[in-house]
Amino acid sequence: MANILLEMKNITKTFPGVKALDNVNLQVEEGEIHALVGENGAGKSTLMNVLSGIYPFGTYEGDIIYNGEVCQFGDIKDSEHKGIVIIHQELALVPYMTIGENMFLGNERGTSYKIDWNETYDKAAGYLETVGLHESPRTLIKDIGVGKQQLVEIAKALAKNAKLLILDEPTSSLNEEDSKALLDLLLKFKQNGLTSIIISHKLNEVSYVADKITVIRDGATIETLDKLTDDVSEPRIIKGMVGREIADRFPKRDAAILQGEVMMEVKDWNVYHPLYHERKVVDHVDFKVRKGEIVGIAGLMGAGRTEFAMSLFGKSYGDNISGQLFINGEEVHLETVKDAIKHKLAYVTEDRKGNGLILSNPIKINTTLANLEAVSKRSIIDKHKEYAVAVEYKEKLKTKCPTVEQNVGNLSGGNQQKVLLAKWMFADPDILILDEPTRGIDVGAKYEIYCIMNQLVAEGKSVVMISSEMPEILGMCDRIYVMNEGRMVGELDGKEATQEIIMSHIISSK
Amino acid sequence: MNSSAVKTMDFVKKYTMIIVLVLVTIFFQIMTGGNLLLPMNVSSLISQNAYVFILATGMLLCILTGGNIDLSVGSVVCFVGAVGAVLMMEHNVNIYVAILIMLLTGTAIGAFQAFWIAYVRIPPFITTLAGMLAFRGLSNTVLDGMTVSIKSQETFVELFGGGANCYIPDLFGNGGLNITCLLFGVLAVAVFVVLQVVNMKKRANNGYDGSMTGEIVKTVLISVVILAFCFRLAQHKGIPTVLIWVLIVVIVYGYITGNTTVGRYFYAVGGNEKATKLSGIDTNRVYFLAYTNMGFLAALAGMVTIARFTSAQPTYGQNYEMDAIGSCFIGGASAYGGIGTVPGVIIGATLMGIINLGMSLMGVDQNMQKVVKGAVLLAAVIFDVVSKRGKFISKE
Repeated sequence: MANILLEMKNITKTFPGVKALDNVNLQVEEGEIHALVGENGAGKSTLMNVLSGIYPFGTYEGDIIYNGEVCQFGDIKDSEHKGIVIIHQELALVPYMTIGENMFLGNERGTSYKIDWNETYDKAAGYLETVGLHESPRTLIKDIGVGKQQLVEIAKALAKNAKLLILDEPTSSLNEEDSKALLDLLLKFKQNGLTSIIISHKLNEVSYVADKITVIRDGATIETLDKLTDDVSEPRIIKGMVGREIADRFPKRDAAILQGEVMMEVKDWNVYHPLYHERKVVDHVDFKVRKGEIVGIAGLMGAGRTEFAMSLFGKSYGDNISGQLFINGEEVHLETVKDAIKHKLAYVTEDRKGNGLILSNPIKINTTLANLEAVSKRSIIDKHKEYAVAVEYKEKLKTKCPTVEQNVGNLSGGNQQKVLLAKWMFADPDILILDEPTRGIDVGAKYEIYCIMNQLVAEGKSVVMISSEMPEILGMCDRIYVMNEGRMVGELDGKEATQEIIMSHIISSK
Repeated sequence: MNSSAVKTMDFVKKYTMIIVLVLVTIFFQIMTGGNLLLPMNVSSLISQNAYVFILATGMLLCILTGGNIDLSVGSVVCFVGAVGAVLMMEHNVNIYVAILIMLLTGTAIGAFQAFWIAYVRIPPFITTLAGMLAFRGLSNTVLDGMTVSIKSQETFVELFGGGANCYIPDLFGNGGLNITCLLFGVLAVAVFVVLQVVNMKKRANNGYDGSMTGEIVKTVLISVVILAFCFRLAQHKGIPTVLIWVLIVVIVYGYITGNTTVGRYFYAVGGNEKATKLSGIDTNRVYFLAYTNMGFLAALAGMVTIARFTSAQPTYGQNYEMDAIGSCFIGGASAYGGIGTVPGVIIGATLMGIINLGMSLMGVDQNMQKVVKGAVLLAAVIFDVVSKRGKFISKE
């Protein structure tokens, strides 16, 4: 048996309110490529952040044993010192520096009072050769494509004497050809004894490159598959990723109210990226939602679901948007968010802290922000009315907080989500687009949010639910769209859909 | 920690600057042998710092939008003053027309800078730095590098708090205590108490939590301060005219920021611009309003400034922006935006004013005064940042 390079034993990591990792075990042999797979939010990145010291020793429980010794990394420098280098999904390169400068950033050649530029660029050229990138090390990062930037990241890792390379979704922004090249490069390095851990959603790549595959689900290790002894076909991996029982995690709802008329319909919707104008983010999408219906949009991260929803919501995302939007049978042109709200559309963001709430403000101010007119007369806010409204919604949604004067930043994720929902319910929409409404909140709060969704449709409203958690899409939705790479690649009836069907829609669409 | 200790901590945190203001006042009152709060000094505290109160109120709106500042206000103050002085003295323009032109000039300058900041998103620091240079230069051009005296424009000077006679005349004049001033104080307290009572009643009806005793104590204390303040002014010459302008600005802007939808938007943009935008609010317009308004208030401050010095000079208004910015931060405005109130800023400006006045009375060297002011500013912002983070050293 080969030498065990890394062992992570019983790793448990809790964030306020959520247990992100629960007794996770991982063993990586020297010289292998080990894949880590799991759904979004399963805990893969958290585990790698623990390993690389981003979550320092003491903030988690369990042991990291590397090269036979127990390690206690205080920060990322400590782990890099041992040869553990992580390459994040979002590239960490400085656009206006050269390839060479980036490669040795924080690791400069020469002395602390004089950088040796000759050595920097000579060495950089050497590493570029190793990764097969034919560019001058003096080229600025901004002038090369994403695929080449990814190679620079790898070269940078090599420059740090990496022994264990961790790649978080390395191919998520690469095209087929670049992806293949990158994977082959990893296989080549393997021959030279480099150990890698690769996190990926793309199971075909995982099957292609990995020697072993560890499946993580809900913060726990489910199984480790060995290419030599186990079945590592895609359906087998999917089964490991999604296989869990769904028993009463979703509240029942009266099916009778269904089959209302079409509330919102989208025809041939196209959206381009706001910065890279040639990149199409939403591609010929047709979509509709009925009165009293919960429609799900399933897909992987980056499938274009959020972008699609935001482009509908007063063009708050994207460029060069084309297509038709009908609300209640009439075509509308929503140019601003204000228009959208006026036409009774609401978009509840996936990023409640970044785009949804004002954390430094109290619950009552957040509750009324999207519909301030309703609590004011001639632009003067009736603070007593505002307070009463906030209390009403706090009770309606069972938000746990001492008073509505409490700052939203001090609430737990689940309660923040309720405040965000309250804000949009107070705006009195007919159509609510909920983007990842249960991300990062515990099971109890999730159940309450599902109940609220049922209430909303019972009132005759329409709910569009975007979620990467397939069980909740399956448990809650009457109809499910499957989206991948900007296109709707499937439309399923809620009763007939299974996780396997959804996954196979996504995979076969590539 | 037991609950009473927690309560004390909360109280100290909430009223830090008021407590500091009281302590500093007591300190200087002792150090100056009781001179600090002499009627004459209380009166001059107002006259000397009127421009700070006005500018700091405008600056608060800019800072609320996200810690953005306006560096140009000192130069705009000077430029507007210069334009007004030249109009009145060299072109014999009627003073009311001149006042209108000055206000329009300031607002137009504000709108010009606001356009770049709000719609083109040029960083405010750079836009207003450019304004600071340009309008300083233009002031020189307008004045031809000379001093233009406006002593002869007595109405203007008296109206905006300059000269020896810049007080509201006593209607019941008997030469001693200024009765008008006292009546004004009593009236102000009466209005204040009535508003507070109505508010508390409504809150009680709505089932507001929170203790009423706290509100009552607050009301009583503020009433006492108002009365004592008016009594001091009455002992001197009464209400300085400039105080009326300051009060109007403070009350109007206090109301706007606290009670109107537009006011709410300033806080929302500073708190989370993306969330505000996704709530259907035109965030560009909010920036535009903040900086346009700053120009308007800079014009008012310009008038107050030339009235007080009874002249316009190309060097007026230097470092006024720093006084305004300092007052905001000392008064609890967050350097990241979204937090700060007009009353807070007034307390900040008063604290700066008292420190200035106290040190001058003690005969502290001018240069040392600057050092002390700098230290106070830094300490205030350190306090703000650290108390919010809960940790002294940032780990981000």
